[in-house]
Amino acid sequence: MSLIEMRNVRKQYRVGDDTVEALRGVDITIEAGEFITIMGQSGSGKSTLLSVLGGMNHPTSGEVEMAGIKLYQLPGEKLADFRAGNLGFVFQSFHLIAYLTALENVMLPLAIVSMPSAAKRQLALQALERVGLGSKPERLPNQLSGGEQERVAIARAIVNNPHILLADEPTGNLDSKTSDDVMALFRELNDGGQTVVMVTHNPENGVYADRTITLKDGMVLQ
Amino acid sequence: MKLHTISLNNLKRRKAKMAFLTIGLMVGIATIVTLVTLTRSMSHDIERKMDEFGANILITPRSSGLSMSYGGISLGGVTFDQREIREADLAKIKTIQNHQNVSAIAPKVLGGVSIANHEVLLVGVNFESELKMKQWWKIFGDTPTAPNDLLLGSDAAKVLNVGGGDSVAIKGETFRVAGVIDQTGSQDDALVFASLSRAQKILGKEGKITLAEVAALCSGCPIGDMVNQIAEILPDAKVAAIQQVVEGRLKALDQFKHFTYVMAGVVVFIGSLIVFVTMMGSVNERTLEIGVFRAIGFRKSHIMRIILLEAALVSLLAGILGYAAGMGGAKLALPFMAEGAKVTLVWDGWVAGGSIGLAVVLGLLASIYPALHASRMDPTEALRAL
Repeated sequence: MSLIEMRNVRKQYRVGDDTVEALRGVDITIEAGEFITIMGQSGSGKSTLLSVLGGMNHPTSGEVEMAGIKLYQLPGEKLADFRAGNLGFVFQSFHLIAYLTALENVMLPLAIVSMPSAAKRQLALQALERVGLGSKPERLPNQLSGGEQERVAIARAIVNNPHILLADEPTGNLDSKTSDDVMALFRELNDGGQTVVMVTHNPENGVYADRTITLKDGMVLQ
Repeated sequence: MKLHTISLNNLKRRKAKMAFLTIGLMVGIATIVTLVTLTRSMSHDIERKMDEFGANILITPRSSGLSMSYGGISLGGVTFDQREIREADLAKIKTIQNHQNVSAIAPKVLGGVSIANHEVLLVGVNFESELKMKQWWKIFGDTPTAPNDLLLGSDAAKVLNVGGGDSVAIKGETFRVAGVIDQTGSQDDALVFASLSRAQKILGKEGKITLAEVAALCSGCPIGDMVNQIAEILPDAKVAAIQQVVEGRLKALDQFKHFTYVMAGVVVFIGSLIVFVTMMGSVNERTLEIGVFRAIGFRKSHIMRIILLEAALVSLLAGILGYAAGMGGAKLALPFMAEGAKVTLVWDGWVAGGSIGLAVVLGLLASIYPALHASRMDPTEALRAL
């Protein structure tokens, strides 16, 4: 069984009086341990696809199954619980919480986990070590460079050891050198067994991935 | 890292906004505390004054009499079937159900006597209870202590041409004028006060009294019940409440209390609006942050807990500061609001607990909708980036 299966997923939005179809019958299968990049032009439906995959955006029709669980059939807050236990997110603009230190930002997903504080701290420090920021745990986001903030965001995404890491344009706001470093970090995580699904518009990032899915007008091209 | 860490750190970060919210709520709570404390202090003061200064139940012999006075001019009266009150019967007042509300009993015996060829009204009183009731009396000379001591009203002293230390004779018995009461503008100015026992003897009314005044009022005292209870144990007496004094003072206090409640309601409404608007603004500012929380798996209840905990902490602080400021305000305002220097501020644990509790409840209630609004945010829309 594949880790992720999307079957005939459609997503429509209402924009004023118009209906915009962001996804038009998308079928995707992703195996555990794969590194997938999702590419396409602006407006092709990449981000919508990632949000549907991330259990945050109910599709208009179709099914999304992860590890045998039909995501959008989960009752009530079970979907939030699923995200907390199985998914890690890296956002385009990092979205670190400005008033929390790097360590506290990384510990954020653990705030809702029943675990001793010392253990949470230990896990967060290990995650920061993995992304090469073990020496700056007490820095606030505004005291870190863009690349460092991205690393903190990645550490936050992996701190609870999720099955799938979802990243939306993680290098979109970084210079090319830092972008390469960040992509190398994703590759390293993937080499360690982490499944990575990344939305990117940069074709150069494709070289780090096992497979690239290209979207056009809400449909998969290949 | 726990949920409260997020709340605390956010409060630290948004100092200005949270200070505004705290001050807004604090002013509201302080206003309520000031008004409530002023009302209670003034009420307490009125009770004390009534207890100390005023007779508010009058006990007179039962008779079938008709008053013959008009416009303050008395033409005597037609009285028949007049009964008498025995002094010993007054002790029964201390056995009534509400005896703990009886502050003082002042028995009096009245009768006309001749002093230095002047007809005067002699009033036999128990000086201890009389002086307790009439603390507004200002006495030139000594207060009476010996059985043969007299106290003269200012007009009586003028007419008799005597002062403190002089002696006068009543029915062949010598009395010493211990002191003279400064002009009161009341009937007391024309009276000669002697000890009850001596007056009873001179007037030939041993063991009897003409009337008794009872000081028995506090705002919570059931004055009507007390009148009935006394009437029951003294069937030969006519017992009446001095309604005018009682009702007048209580009405004024009630009006102030109503004003306080209305003000408190307005303040609570405004305070709620301040909390609501500030918390709603705070939630809207934190859309992105809440989107991140939801995306990484926070439940709606987690978001609500973060927002409500912040509201509770700010409200708690506002409640404590509001209580302190309110008591300070009451202390400053009390001398201007109440008459007399004796009025004291009433410190009440219930007001302290109530005001802090009110602040927290108000803060939480006004934050429920913003918290619900935050928890219902769609993470995708909140983040927009995804």
